Amino acid sequence: MSILTATLTGPLPLNNNVPVADIPALVFPALLDTLIMVGIVMLIVVLVGIPLGALVHNLAPGGLFENPALHTTLSWIVSIGRSLPFLILMAAIVPFTRFITGTNIGIAAAVVPMSIAGIAFFTRIVENSLRGVPPTLVRVAKASGASPLQIIRTAQLSEALPSIIGGLTINTIAMIEYSAIAGTIGAGGIGYVAVTYGYQRFDNTVMLATIVILVATVASVQLIGDRLVRLTTPHSRTQARLPRAARREASLV
Amino acid sequence: MISLEQLTKVYGHGDQRTVVLDRLDFSVDAGEIFAVVGPSGAGKSTLAQCVNLLERPTSGSVLVNGENLSQLSEKQLRVARRRIGTIFQSDGLYSRRTAAQNVALPLEYLGVTAAETRARVAELLGRVGLSNKAGHYPHQLSGGQRQRVGIARALALRPSVLLSDEATSGLDPDSTRSIVALLKELRDDLGLSILFITHEMDTVLQVADSVARLDHGRIVESGRIVELLRDPASGLGRALRPARSHESAAADATEWFVSYTSAAVPADWLTRLADQLGTTVSLLGASIETVDGATVGHASIGVTGADPDHLIAVAQSLGLDARTEQPADEPAEILEQAA
Ligand SMILES: Nc1ncnc2c1ncn2[C@@H]1O[C@H](COP(=O)(O)OP(=O)(O)OP(=O)(O)O)[C@@H](O)[C@H]1O
Ligand SMILES: [Mg+2]
Repeated sequence: MSILTATLTGPLPLNNNVPVADIPALVFPALLDTLIMVGIVMLIVVLVGIPLGALVHNLAPGGLFENPALHTTLSWIVSIGRSLPFLILMAAIVPFTRFITGTNIGIAAAVVPMSIAGIAFFTRIVENSLRGVPPTLVRVAKASGASPLQIIRTAQLSEALPSIIGGLTINTIAMIEYSAIAGTIGAGGIGYVAVTYGYQRFDNTVMLATIVILVATVASVQLIGDRLVRLTTPHSRTQARLPRAARREASLV
Repeated sequence: MISLEQLTKVYGHGDQRTVVLDRLDFSVDAGEIFAVVGPSGAGKSTLAQCVNLLERPTSGSVLVNGENLSQLSEKQLRVARRRIGTIFQSDGLYSRRTAAQNVALPLEYLGVTAAETRARVAELLGRVGLSNKAGHYPHQLSGGQRQRVGIARALALRPSVLLSDEATSGLDPDSTRSIVALLKELRDDLGLSILFITHEMDTVLQVADSVARLDHGRIVESGRIVELLRDPASGLGRALRPARSHESAAADATEWFVSYTSAAVPADWLTRLADQLGTTVSLLGASIETVDGATVGHASIGVTGADPDHLIAVAQSLGLDARTEQPADEPAEILEQAA
């Protein structure tokens, strides 16, 4: 915030612009909108992406429900979702969005394309994380009498959790970016403020404020994500917490 | 008890078709430790995976306590596998679970209550001597300790059969010895049938009652350890206790290779041999030890001016096999393959 206040007091053109004092009232509700939008999207992304990622992973050769045809089909669909630039995806699915939400502007309308892009992104992240789990663990689970769902839960998802959280962090940040793009179709949020005030009215102060807010938000998400990864990885967690003597003992035994 | 009947596993089709296991027949009795050795790629891991049906055999059957596993559905298999404990190479522990949570896995899958699980896990960790490490994560344990956790987990559902694929490979000799001692103790206390797969001949000698050598998917030789060691014609016996290099005989002496073939070899056979031949016998190299309470061994000796047939006959009367050179099938070669 110190950067923000420092720049705001500087000699900036103030003709048609939002007065500095009014900027927080403009920017903070917008930030809240962004957080709500990204929050809803990420909830949907996690709820759909985790099962979908696990499914794609296990349909692949060597997976629990090996099925090459279905795997290729699903994989293609996900790839298409991944390869379209967000702006184009957003425009292309307007009819679908309108069908689901009854509108093609506002937060509700932005959530649909963002969720689709996010799910495609996250499915790949989950799939990739699961691929990093040693295949022996699945064999261990099978030999220990686990059902397929138990295998997916305990041997795959649980073991891949730190990696999935790492990916989720990247994904969330990408969604914050997408929310700014969605701002251009009047989705509200910080992106909307940046476009209408900063871009269309050349209000540099507002532009700067939105940039600072975005950078701070992204940095916080990254910080929280890194923290969670560390918390879910016993290796780094115990290394960080154990006093030095215990750490030495742990590495010797 | 495990028995295999004509167990065959084929991977691939057409040109790519490889027969990895070729009509295997053997059985492991209750309370027996049966080792399978063989060179890399012989099909040992495939065998292990076929026994607990992680891989379906192409043909033939696997019977555990008389039940034919190869005919069961995936769901029935899940139940049947509870009678088979599997110990994995490099332990296969879940990195995000503590030792206790790892041991609890099979109980969790089965849906055992938390209280019961806690009691059983404590008992199992005590059994493998890791009660004080219950809350440790795998990365905080040594290789030998991790392997013990793996053994405790394999025992969680009170199996009657234990399957171990390279459980001691990569461990230092001390850890290997303690794991071997643990397995023998478990066999004695619980009457387990243990199928012990390894490529380390040393470990086989320490742990097993019987051994089979697998090569290119076929069992090329098998038998009880002591019998193999006492059979001078057995390549597997020689691979288990390879002759090391020895001093060469004096110019006027002939070198003989002597090996124990019976339980009745007198401890002073060297003196007796010299007395009965009426000549000097010099010891050039020897390795004698007891395996499972039976004395086995071999020696290289130098003998001056004795009639070969007479020497062989005298040696035979002492329970020894004598020949002028070491048997053709170079033990070093088998060892090399096996490693
Ligand atoms: N899924 C598979 N598809 C095709 N071939 C396979 C498969 N699994 C194993 N094989 C082949 O089967 C043979 C035996 O493999 P296996 O892993 O059983 O050997 P091993 O005796 O355990 O060797 P090592 O001592 O190196 O562990 C090898 O030639 C291997 O290439
Ligand atoms: Mg192997």
